[in-house]
Amino acid sequence: MDLTHTPEEEEFRARLREWLAKMLPSLPAKPSPDDWPGRRAYDLGWQRMLHDAGYAGLHWPVDAGGQGATPTQHLIFLEETEKAGAPYVGANFVGLLHAGPTIAAEGTPEQRARWLPPVLRGEEVWCQGFSEPDAGSDLAALRTRAWRDGDDYVVSGSKIWTSHAEVADWCELLVRTDATAPKHRGISWLAMPMDAPGVTVRPLRTLAGSAEFAEVFLDEVRVPVANRVGAENDGWRVTMVTLSFERGTAFVGEVVACRRVLGELARTARKNGRWDDPALRRRLGTLNAEFRTLWRLTQWNVSESERTGGVPGAGGSVFKLRYSHARQELYDAAAEVLGPDALDQGREWTLDRLSSLSYTIAAGTSQIQHNIVAERILGLPKGR
Amino acid sequence: MHFQLTDDQSALKAGVRELLEGRFGRERLRAAVEAPRLDRALWRELGDAGFFALRLPEADGGVGLGLPEAVLAFEEAGRVLLTGPLVATHLAAGEVAGAATGEAVVTAAYGGLVEWMEQADVVRGDVAGARGVTAAGGAAAAEARASVASVASAEPMESLDPLTPLHRVRGSGGSYGSVDPLAVLLTAAEQLGTAARTCELAVQHARTREQFGQPIGAFQAVKHLCAQMLVRVEMARVAVYAAAVTADPLDIASARLFADQAAVRGARDCLQVHGGMGFTWESDVHLYLKRAWVRTQRAGSATQSEEGLAAELVAGTA
Ligand SMILES: Cc1cc2nc3c(=O)[nH]c(=O)nc-3n(C[C@H](O)[C@H](O)[C@H](O)COP(=O)(O)OP(=O)(O)OC[C@H]3O[C@@H](n4cnc5c(N)ncnc54)[C@H](O)[C@@H]3O)c2cc1C
Repeated sequence: MDLTHTPEEEEFRARLREWLAKMLPSLPAKPSPDDWPGRRAYDLGWQRMLHDAGYAGLHWPVDAGGQGATPTQHLIFLEETEKAGAPYVGANFVGLLHAGPTIAAEGTPEQRARWLPPVLRGEEVWCQGFSEPDAGSDLAALRTRAWRDGDDYVVSGSKIWTSHAEVADWCELLVRTDATAPKHRGISWLAMPMDAPGVTVRPLRTLAGSAEFAEVFLDEVRVPVANRVGAENDGWRVTMVTLSFERGTAFVGEVVACRRVLGELARTARKNGRWDDPALRRRLGTLNAEFRTLWRLTQWNVSESERTGGVPGAGGSVFKLRYSHARQELYDAAAEVLGPDALDQGREWTLDRLSSLSYTIAAGTSQIQHNIVAERILGLPKGR
Repeated sequence: MHFQLTDDQSALKAGVRELLEGRFGRERLRAAVEAPRLDRALWRELGDAGFFALRLPEADGGVGLGLPEAVLAFEEAGRVLLTGPLVATHLAAGEVAGAATGEAVVTAAYGGLVEWMEQADVVRGDVAGARGVTAAGGAAAAEARASVASVASAEPMESLDPLTPLHRVRGSGGSYGSVDPLAVLLTAAEQLGTAARTCELAVQHARTREQFGQPIGAFQAVKHLCAQMLVRVEMARVAVYAAAVTADPLDIASARLFADQAAVRGARDCLQVHGGMGFTWESDVHLYLKRAWVRTQRAGSATQSEEGLAAELVAGTA
């Protein structure tokens, strides 16, 4: 067991720190949370800066255009960028953490050449078209159909809760290509251009008031067969690859951010007198333990994936369960520190509190994660 | 950074498990419940196996390993509910004659409680008023007794845990100030072992016990209890292991919080999964819970850990 870093890793950290200190002051002002085109431009701009400095796709394989960094270096990257207050992946989330790694792992050389460089260079945004109105937790129940017509698939159906759909260029789309096969077998994974005729995006307002995600209607949308990643009807397996990336590493930077917020909370409490309440102090102390330990869990999981050299394992579900809960606790504690101000939506912590409510739902609900832990790690029988 | 067990560490853990399962299996555990006496032969065997001298330098006759290895050994001890003042004796190795080899049984007054006081050779700790504690022991123990800080006003209590005799030390109830963080960490390691074991027991039972025509583990209400146990165990594991690597007081404080939670909640949930059987004396579940409760009172308190972690958040600011 070792938590120290090699001289190479420390050098990597030092170089990165120096670069961040130089570049961050040159960033434009942050767009307002509701300005989606502004957010897209801001996030892509940041990605271009990373690309030019050789930090784009740090953890991607070199033959996919990445830097082939070790998972530990990736961890250092996430830690340092967050500590320095650098922008979060934002609109690049699906492309960098999800669709990109999936295409890198499962795509043909042509597909990799077509889609990976624009993600890394900050030119194209992806969204995730998995969920449907009647297929959420039971994702394999999806019904959006695709049938062959010459060199195209013709796609009809609808998707829901599609984050960033309004500003996306591409959608990683799950469709049913064989309606007669058992439900997990008849699915295919397509890259769909969002500007194709027949695609309609209707924004949905979240409980925080913003248009974070959307409904996407697909009316005989033509998608070239060449845009299918993986074999026809093998999309479920490809999807499992995608989801393990989502749960494995996607929240790491946020844990660092939560530790920073916690410190701010404590200092605010000190100023406004709430700190004198031992119950609140103990609560914040417990949260400190929580985020420290989530960081340790991340280091453990990353070391494990470094050893096995592969896709993050079911341990990601352990992390996601605890993290989503801890994040909600953090902002509940923030509300206690703020008192009546916690009801002011103009406060950053208030908005964050609202958005934290999605963490136990998005990317697989806590109930589903508990099933995964119980069945895949503990080997308990599936319910009938 | 390679935050995983090394091959040597895995081998050590497996070795300790084998030793303890052979020498302190379920039958021994149940026999100990009926007659809670310290097994001095076993104590010496542990000494021979290097359990107490694990961190002592080789030059001083120790094994020369570190805190991570000690934590792995204590995790295994917690797994089988090994009895006796293990932490105090381990921490006395090199300081109290005979402790390293298991010839002397050393206990300590931690947080107003002394475990195994009457059967120990030496009681350590800042306890007012001295009364020599005598007990059987070898020559080394006799020598050690000279340096005993002994206990005048300690009163026996009817211990909740049938496997841990307890004395209450009057007048020192609140003075946890100088608690050794290593005692906290090794206790957390024991809690981790207990938590992992109760999770396994619950899962085994959930796989085999049938109701309504299927294993109860197929019901989500049960399945989710088990999943939550595992999540708590894994959080405790990384917290304890990280604290063993860094020996940082706040890492140790975090380890304590997670390990206590994993052990206590784990034993409770294990009891729930076992249904009526879990509420019986026959089932081992209560032994895990009671020991976990005893350990939560050893070496400081959760409040102290939480306050320490809270203080870090505002440190450096006016
Ligand atoms: C902010 C946000 C962003 C999102 N972004 C995207 C995106 O970009 N792309 C995308 O494809 N999807 C996205 N999602 C969708 C998300 O993955 C789904 O909401 C989620 O998987 C749950 O599905 P559902 O909403 O249909 O709820 P349901 O599946 O209907 O679940 C409702 C309730 O029933 C419970 N439940 C369901 N099945 C079981 C079961 N077997 N056992 C126990 N309990 C069960 C659930 O836990 C939940 O509490 C997003 C969601 C949110 C909130």
